[in-house]
This record gives sequence, C-alpha cells and structure tokens, in this order.
Amino acid sequence: MSESMRFLRNVLGKATLLFVAVNLLFATTDPLSFLGNLSLYNGPIPGRQRIPFGEEPDKAYNLSLNSLEAMFASHELTAGAKPVDEFRVILIGDSSVWGFLLENQDTLSAQLNSADLTTPAGHSVRFYNLGYPTISLTKDLLIIDEAMRYQPDLIIWLVTLESMPHNKQTFTPLVQHNPGRVRALIAEYGLSIDPANPDFKDLTFLQKTLWGQRRPLADLLRLQLYGFAWGATGIDQYIPAAYTERANDLPLVTEYYDLEPDFTADAIAFDVLDAGIARAGDVPLLLVNEPMFIADGANSDIRYNFFYPKWAYNRYLVLMAEQAAVNGWLYADVWQAVSNDEYTNSAIHLTPAGEVQLAAKLLELIHPLLNP
Amino acid sequence: MTLIQISTFVALSLLARVFGSRLPRRWTLLTISVLAVFWLQPASPIRNLDFWLPLLTISIAAAAWAVTLPAGTRPARRDGIAGFFVLGLALAVALTRYIPALCCLTPSRPPETLPLLLGMGIFFGVVWLVGRGFARQPWTLHARVLAVIFLFIILKSEPLAQLTAAGLRGLMGQDPTLAQPTDLRWLGFSYLAFRLLHTLRDRLSGRLPALYLDEFLTYAVFFPSLTAGPIDRVERFQKDLQTEFQLDAIRFLEAGERLAQGLFMKFVLGDALALFALNPANAAQVSTTGWAWLLLYAYALRLFFDFAGYTHMAIGLGLLFGIRLPENFNRPYLQPNLTAFWNGWHMTLTNWLRAYVFNPFTRALRARKWSIAPIILLGQLLTMLLVGLWHGITLNFAIWGLWHGLGLFTHNRWADFAKGRLNVSPQLAAISGALLTFHFVALGWVWFALPDPGLAGRVLRLLAGGAP
Repeated sequence: MSESMRFLRNVLGKATLLFVAVNLLFATTDPLSFLGNLSLYNGPIPGRQRIPFGEEPDKAYNLSLNSLEAMFASHELTAGAKPVDEFRVILIGDSSVWGFLLENQDTLSAQLNSADLTTPAGHSVRFYNLGYPTISLTKDLLIIDEAMRYQPDLIIWLVTLESMPHNKQTFTPLVQHNPGRVRALIAEYGLSIDPANPDFKDLTFLQKTLWGQRRPLADLLRLQLYGFAWGATGIDQYIPAAYTERANDLPLVTEYYDLEPDFTADAIAFDVLDAGIARAGDVPLLLVNEPMFIADGANSDIRYNFFYPKWAYNRYLVLMAEQAAVNGWLYADVWQAVSNDEYTNSAIHLTPAGEVQLAAKLLELIHPLLNP
Repeated sequence: MTLIQISTFVALSLLARVFGSRLPRRWTLLTISVLAVFWLQPASPIRNLDFWLPLLTISIAAAAWAVTLPAGTRPARRDGIAGFFVLGLALAVALTRYIPALCCLTPSRPPETLPLLLGMGIFFGVVWLVGRGFARQPWTLHARVLAVIFLFIILKSEPLAQLTAAGLRGLMGQDPTLAQPTDLRWLGFSYLAFRLLHTLRDRLSGRLPALYLDEFLTYAVFFPSLTAGPIDRVERFQKDLQTEFQLDAIRFLEAGERLAQGLFMKFVLGDALALFALNPANAAQVSTTGWAWLLLYAYALRLFFDFAGYTHMAIGLGLLFGIRLPENFNRPYLQPNLTAFWNGWHMTLTNWLRAYVFNPFTRALRARKWSIAPIILLGQLLTMLLVGLWHGITLNFAIWGLWHGLGLFTHNRWADFAKGRLNVSPQLAAISGALLTFHFVALGWVWFALPDPGLAGRVLRLLAGGAP
C-alpha cells in the first residue's frame, strides 16, 4: 500500500471514528434541552412577543418547533430577571390568544398592555402572550409548567370545549414530542392520559444520536437565524391579504367527538384544568371560557359554529360553571363578549377590534386580582 | 446541484476509478457530462421543454464545434463516432420514456417517438451539414456569435422570455396566456454561452487549438461547471483532458477537501444566511438603519458563500475526474480596492471580459488617439454594464453594472493621482481600503438584490440613516 493510500485510509478511519463517537456522546448526553436554552434572543435579537410558531417560515420569519426550552428562550418573558416593579400576567390559550392573523400590536396581550395598568401597590402590570396555536389543554398545561419558572403574579387561561376532549390531549406535536415532561405531569397530577399512549414520540437510541436529531437541531439554529429577520422587520407571522372567512353556513352534523348528550365531567379533560390550577399553586389563575362566533346561516338551529353542535356546547357551559363552583376556581364565561362581526377565519379568531372588546371585558375581570 | 447529485458524481468518479483501465476517460467524461445536461435541467411547465433544452445545449455546442473546424478540414472518424455516440445517449435518455423502471433522467417524461426523431433529425442534421463544410464560411462564425448573443438576450430579458414561452406553449398545445419568463429555465446556458463565444472568437483570431468533437463537447458541457462555472479556457481544459489520469489517494483527498469546503460554504453558511439576507420582501419591511445594514451584510456574505461554495464543489468534482478547473475566488471581500476585488471575485468571468470586451474595446479607442481617462471610463462602464446585463436585462442590473464601472474608473484615477503623494502606512491603507471596498461592493448589492429600483432607493436611504 502506498503512503498516500495509507494516509487516505487513516483520514477516512479517523473521520468514521469521530462520527461514531460524537453520535454516541450526543445520544447518551441528550444535550438538546441545554442547547435549547442557548439563545441570541433577548440579547442581540429582541425577544419575541409570542411563542414561535410558523407555517410558512420564509415569509413569517418564524417556525414551529418542539423544544419548549428554545421556545421560551426566544420569548421576551425570559429576558433577564423579573423587574421588581412588575406585576406579571401571563396569557395561556390557543391560536386566538397567540393572535392568528393579527400583528403583534393587535393581539390580546398587546391590547391589555395598552391599558397601562398599575396595581394598587404601584406595580406596573405587564401582560405576556403565551398562547400557542394548537387546541389542547395538555399543551396549555405544559406551557404553564414551564412558565412558572418566570414568576407570574397572575395567569389568565382562555379555554374552549374544543381543547377538552380526551383524545385531543395528545393530539398536538408539542405534547407528542415532549413525552418525558408530559408523563411527569401525568404522574404528578394523576391525569387520565395513558402514559403509554402511542401518540407520544419516544425516541430510539439511533433517533437520539446527532444524526437522528439533525432536524430538531436544525430547527434550533433556524429559530436563531429567523430571529435576525424578526428583529429587522418585527414580523413573526405571514398574514395574507385575503383569507376565507369563518363558516356561517354549517354542515348538518350533530356528533361531537365521542361525547354523548348529557355527558358528565369525566367525559372531558377537567382533570387537566385542575392540574393547571394546581401547578399555578399560590399564583391566582383566572379561567376564561373564550368568545366564539355564533352562526346564523344554514343549520345554525343545531350548531353554534363550525366547531360545536349546540347540545355539546350547552352541556359544556353547564359543566364548566358547576366544576368552577365545586372546585372554587376563578372562572369567567365570556363566550358572547365579542360581537359577531369581529371574527376572522375561524369561530375563535378575532379581529383587532374584537381583541379590544375582549380586552375590555378581561380588564374588568382582573381588576380585583391585581394585588401582588 | 443537490446533495444527491453531488454524491452521485462522487460515486461515479469512484466507479470510473475502478473501471478506469477499460474505459478511456474522455468517453467517461463525455457520457457523464451529456447525461448530466439532461439530469440537472430543472423542470419546465412547457411540455417536453426539459428534454428539448438540454438537447439544444448539446446541439448548439456541437454546431459551434463544427463551425470552428479549421478551414479545409473535415471531421475525423473519431468525431463521427463521438457524434453518433452523443446521438445515441440523447436517444437513450428519450427512450427511457418507454421503460418505467428507468424513467426518467429528465424531470418530466421525454417526448414521443415521432416528434423526438423529427427534432433530433433537425438538430443533428444541422450539425452534420456544418461539419461537412456547408455554411462554414467565415461569416458563419460571426453569425454564430450573434446567434448565441441573440439567444442570450431572449433568455435574460423578461418580456422576450415571456413572449418566447408563450410561443412555445402555443406550439405544444398549451395555454399561451399562462406563460411566464421562468418557463425558459435553461440550465447552464449563461456559462455555455461564454464558453462558446470564447471558442468562436478564438477561432476568428486563429488562436483556437484543433479539437475533436468529444473534447469540445466535454469542455462545453463539463458537468461540474455547467451550472455556475468557473469559465475555463478550452486549451487549458484540453491539456488536462489529454493528460493521463488515475485517481489516487492524494487527488481524492484534495478533491474531498474542496468538496467539503464547498458543501459547508454553500449548504451551511450560504443557506443559513439566506434566511435573513436582504431580499425584496424584507427590504420593504425593515425600518431601522442598523437592521438594514445587518440584512445587507448577510446578503453580501451569503452571495459569497453560495457562489464560492459552488466553485469549490465544481473544482472538487473536476479533480475527481482529472480536470483542474480554474479558481474563481480569491478573498474578494478582503481586497484593498475595487480593482483587486474584481481580480478576486468571479475571476474567470473577469478574465473573460478583460480578454474579449475591455481589451479589444480600449485598444480600438487607443487606435483613435483618445486620451486615457475617457478610454478607461468607457471601457469600465461598458464592461461592467455587460456583467450586469448578463445577470438579467433589467434596470437594476444595469445600475449595478454602472455602479461598479464608475467605481473602477474612480479607483483607477485615484490610484494614479495618489501614487507617490500619500504617505500612509501600508497596513492602515490595506485595512481602510478593504473596509471601503467591502462597503462599496455591499451597497452595490442593494441594486443587485432588489429588482425594483424604488425599493433599492428605500433601502439605500435607510442605510444612510434616513427615514424609510
């Protein structure tokens, strides 16, 4: 064998060894959570005003990923220590809280911030948008669990029936790709979710290697890179000039998941709501039944909107009120608080004016709670 | 080129190494290059165009070879074999239409047999006639030069490209109203045109060496440099082609290093920067000076990493097959002045333009006893305007070209003026020169990146600290 051939063999051999070693090290140390915390946001790049989510990253300068650490590290909530004069309010919920089709200055949290509230003790009230555009209470619980690290003084959790069916709890990618954290919550709060649910994406050893984790790693990197575009433009969502409006004529469907008429509280995920409130501990948590569009078109005699047959939603309203009373929850029902013209492409997405209406309603409700 | 395509070429080089003793390298390179023309061609919404365009590429190259044959000579037996071989390859690509397991090397199914035979008959008939001496008078060389330039203008001018696309759609029985300029995405034509113009011009000046058809075709459509250069010179390429070559460990490592550099620059650095580099969308959205500069820096670096990365890959792939393509970049953003920048950026294009535009043009003006300053001004403006228009016949590229033409002229005059008058430390001169040059080039990229001059104006105002 010639010297050059030996050299080539050595180079290829060492490269292979290095590749194997790095992959083994990655799989055994699982550094993804640690890496998720490394962020340029709240440093050279301004923190995002809402949790990263993006269906068209190249236009939205934003993307969806499954690392809670990275999502929070990019959020303005995590910028340094909490100011001593701040009364911190976090908003939890679905895409309506996140602000689908809304610019940052029009979201619910922005409308609430524009009220410039101060507490009787003189602390300025600052609202943080921790909504995330998938509908599942368990996803909300995950976010509350993480958000508690950042010392909220009040939590406002906007919910709707669509987030409560049991089989929706593990439906969202954020829940599926964080099986360890969800299982810990299941164990701690005795949730009715099966820890062995096949929706959970448990990784094999090979999937834990650097090679197997290349997609999540690339997502972490892309989140940082899109941060520059976000910083430069203030854009974190692609809002098309035109969109299909929420349906007013509805399908003649009366079924709602596997629920039966007169379903009882254990038929939906009240246990997750309970867990969220328990996780908040001493921090007051205001549970809000969020506003929704009420159709008057075809089949509106049997359905409220695209999401709900009337029987199911009416039963949910009764159960929510009962559970809140029984458990002593801070609960407000504002499902009719926004006028019907102020919905955009879905029965729960609001226009800027709709957010103003909702914010006004919420400000009334939280006033008594502003005591640090 | 995609990662899969690059990996395939590397694998082919290893196969060629294994079977190297039995298959002459020139045939291997010709085969891969011809097939790559079809394989690398992007899809077109015009029916079968992604087969016809590669076929046209090969036919134009073959016709250029035929027309550059020295007067009085006839094609050799080897040329005939090469011609039939290439014809057979194109036919084989087309016939994969009927073999589902192999179909297709082209992005869409190749045409049916009758139009295929008709088309191939026309394309190769013309080449054969030219090769036999028909229409091989001196004026045909000039006509060929004009024809290549004409094709170039059609492809680079949006209205003409759209008109041509509409005509082709009509010919194919498709709706002409849906025509778009991007329908005519002709892979590698920009670089093919430079290579053909170089051979035609050198034939006119008597500098072109004698070339066999297989050598000429391999040069014209050499797959590593087909999509993004570099623009090699045919006599240098021929020399490499004729040299005995066996892929050994040293060459393999050298090629691997270049490929790795290229992959990292293009797919890691370039593609990462592309996520926030200046583009028409974010140019309209950015609203502060600092962030505008950041987007522009990202664009400048992205362009370099993308293009230089491609060049590294092309050189690496070339090395695997025994062809050492010329370097195309030499630390352009670290150069102390604009002239040096252009000597380090897309060097093969700069050399081409120097040889075929700037030098002949300025020589002609000098012969008319013009004074030096206007000669240099006009020479630089014309050359850089052509560089701009080569990217697209639009106002923004023209402005970009003129920006550089004026910059080169200014530097030339300044260098003359400052010689012996300024007493600055060489380090300080180099650093300040590099900073100034980089920023001049970066500001020029605003015109390059943004097709709308109004939008470019907005960004430039912002960069200068003004309101958007």
